[in-house]
Amino acid sequence: MTRTPLRPLARILEARSRGENPDAIERENLRLRQEEMRDRARRRAEGRLLVLAALFFCAFGLVGGRMALLAQSEPGEPRTSVAGARILAQRADITDREGRILATNFDTHSLYAQPRDMVDPGHAADRLVEIFPSLDRARLMRDFTGDRKFLWIRKTISPEQQQAVHDIGEPGLLFGPREMRLYPNGRLAAHVLGGASFGREGVHAAEVVGVAGVEKYLDDRLRDPARAHEPLTLSLDLSVQAAMEQVLHGGMRIMNAKGASGILMEVETGEVVAAASLPDFDPNDRPSLPTTGHQDDSPLFNRAVQGVYELGSVFKVFTIAQALDLGLATPDTMINTESPMTWGRFRIRDFRNYGPELSLSDVIVKSSNVGTARIAMDIGATRQRAFLDELGFMQASPLEITEASGSKPLLPKNWSEISTMTISYGHGLSTSPMHLAAAYATMANGGRKIVPTLLRDDANAPGARVMSETTAAALRKMLREVVTEGTASLGEVAGYAVGGKTGTADKPNPTGGYYEDKVISTFASVFPADDPKYVLVVTLDEPVETSGSEPRRTAGWTAVPVAAETIRRIAPLLGLRPTIEPLDLAAIRQASN
Amino acid sequence: MMRSLLYVLTSLLVIGLAFWAYRENYRTQEAQARAQHLQQSIAETRHRLRVFNAEWAYLNRPDRLKDLVEMNYDTLELMPMQPDQFGRIDQVAFPAPPSLRITNPVDVSNMEPAQ
Repeated sequence: MTRTPLRPLARILEARSRGENPDAIERENLRLRQEEMRDRARRRAEGRLLVLAALFFCAFGLVGGRMALLAQSEPGEPRTSVAGARILAQRADITDREGRILATNFDTHSLYAQPRDMVDPGHAADRLVEIFPSLDRARLMRDFTGDRKFLWIRKTISPEQQQAVHDIGEPGLLFGPREMRLYPNGRLAAHVLGGASFGREGVHAAEVVGVAGVEKYLDDRLRDPARAHEPLTLSLDLSVQAAMEQVLHGGMRIMNAKGASGILMEVETGEVVAAASLPDFDPNDRPSLPTTGHQDDSPLFNRAVQGVYELGSVFKVFTIAQALDLGLATPDTMINTESPMTWGRFRIRDFRNYGPELSLSDVIVKSSNVGTARIAMDIGATRQRAFLDELGFMQASPLEITEASGSKPLLPKNWSEISTMTISYGHGLSTSPMHLAAAYATMANGGRKIVPTLLRDDANAPGARVMSETTAAALRKMLREVVTEGTASLGEVAGYAVGGKTGTADKPNPTGGYYEDKVISTFASVFPADDPKYVLVVTLDEPVETSGSEPRRTAGWTAVPVAAETIRRIAPLLGLRPTIEPLDLAAIRQASN
Repeated sequence: MMRSLLYVLTSLLVIGLAFWAYRENYRTQEAQARAQHLQQSIAETRHRLRVFNAEWAYLNRPDRLKDLVEMNYDTLELMPMQPDQFGRIDQVAFPAPPSLRITNPVDVSNMEPAQ
């Protein structure tokens, strides 16, 4: 670039000769030079701005384009990651405590139709009705030829059916993959498992949601994708459950009962090893809720948890326990059992008259209502209520199935003195067998509170102390005596030292009062009584034993033999070795010096 | 001279590197395809395993086993487990000690008694 001088000599001289001011030329040149510099700077700045704009445009274009690509593309599995196939199923399996499958998933297909694409609706409808006889041809034709764009035909079909539908060759019939819930053991533990069905449905997938039992209660856990590959381990034992259901079924038939339930619980953990309720159902094909008749008669009704009844004399144990624990009596204290006992306008009588007085343990062994009521009067309503509350009789059972919320005990509106007396021997307070099993387990493990659970967990342990160790030991001895010399003599199983308490309660009549000839008979047992491991509660609904000259309905004749047979069958399965009962060591005094 | 040699060497290096990158690219793609194939077969095997597990559970359901035991009672004579089937370890006899191998027996019964 050539630099023009500010004061070119030629022009200066010329201007001087004309008498003009040469400074004007310099200023003029300076101005021109500055203008030129300004223009150059502006051009450069404009160029830079342009380059910058182009750069920004490219960058944003790249980001935008990438976003558009990502939004447009089909989602794909990562090709190089190692843990690609981690999620096996959308719903976790359920297994028993030994890892045997109770519920799993099975891949199958659903069948749907898009009538727009159909070539020959008549032919398709004919063949479909052949394959699925439950379909209605007229209805199919109406759907295929109407203005519907889409319809489900079957929610799940078998591979053979799928092939048969393929063979129709109709382009408007399409299949969608489905995962269905399968209960390979059929009716086994149906009431615990509950069942599952489809939630929201799409063509490519459908939600599987639990509708009852564990499946519904733990729905979130089972559907959690992070834990879908680890099965949910229940505390049930498949073989024990099967044996119990088999024995209960036979017992129910022999005793002409309408229903039966059985609960086997570990006394140290509260884990339910088997829980059966008959009649039962197949969770693979869950029946719908009954619309008529009484809900109790439906096979869906879980007697072990929802069967809230007055359970009768099995409750006496708790009254005695409290009397012992409060120091009101010892097992040898004599109790007035004059029958009938009159209280206001009420009259309490025993099954038969046991004479003027019995020792406390004989009140249990002979099952005296009068004796128990008298002890309850000494305890009083407030303390009785508090004790039963500690044992868990005031709330619904915390078992992990949805039906447990229906097990809320029925309490008397006004806990009067007469309520105290009737509740002491199990009338006026309705609870479920599951409550009873938990309370007996609390007693059997030495007096620490048990919360029933269906989940296998090493952390399951007894809670706070409810009664003293000595009380619990005395009660176990009494329960053993009930079997050896009391009302449950048919409950003896050689080698397993069964101890328990019978209970026979008249069923309440919906129109008021009680039925004369309908009872709930219960046997709550612990075994082996010298060092209890398990609690078994067997309940029969309306049993009647007809081998004698007159029908017998008491638990000693109905529930007890069924429970004994159950123990005979399941104790070996549980790995319990039959033992010779230890002698009563109380007779030997320690003679140390 | 030096400079042109440098040019030639550099361009040869570029060609070499390009060839190497090309090969690596294809090998990576091949490995990815193989990985994908393996993933797929793992998924299929897992799916088969699930079906087998379900089938195992179905075939071993207590109902069916009970029926099979009843059907084959003549040959198997299986009964439910009884309490008296428990035994103690000391009720089991020790196996007999292995007998000594005698290879050259000497008959002594008809020998003359020593005088």
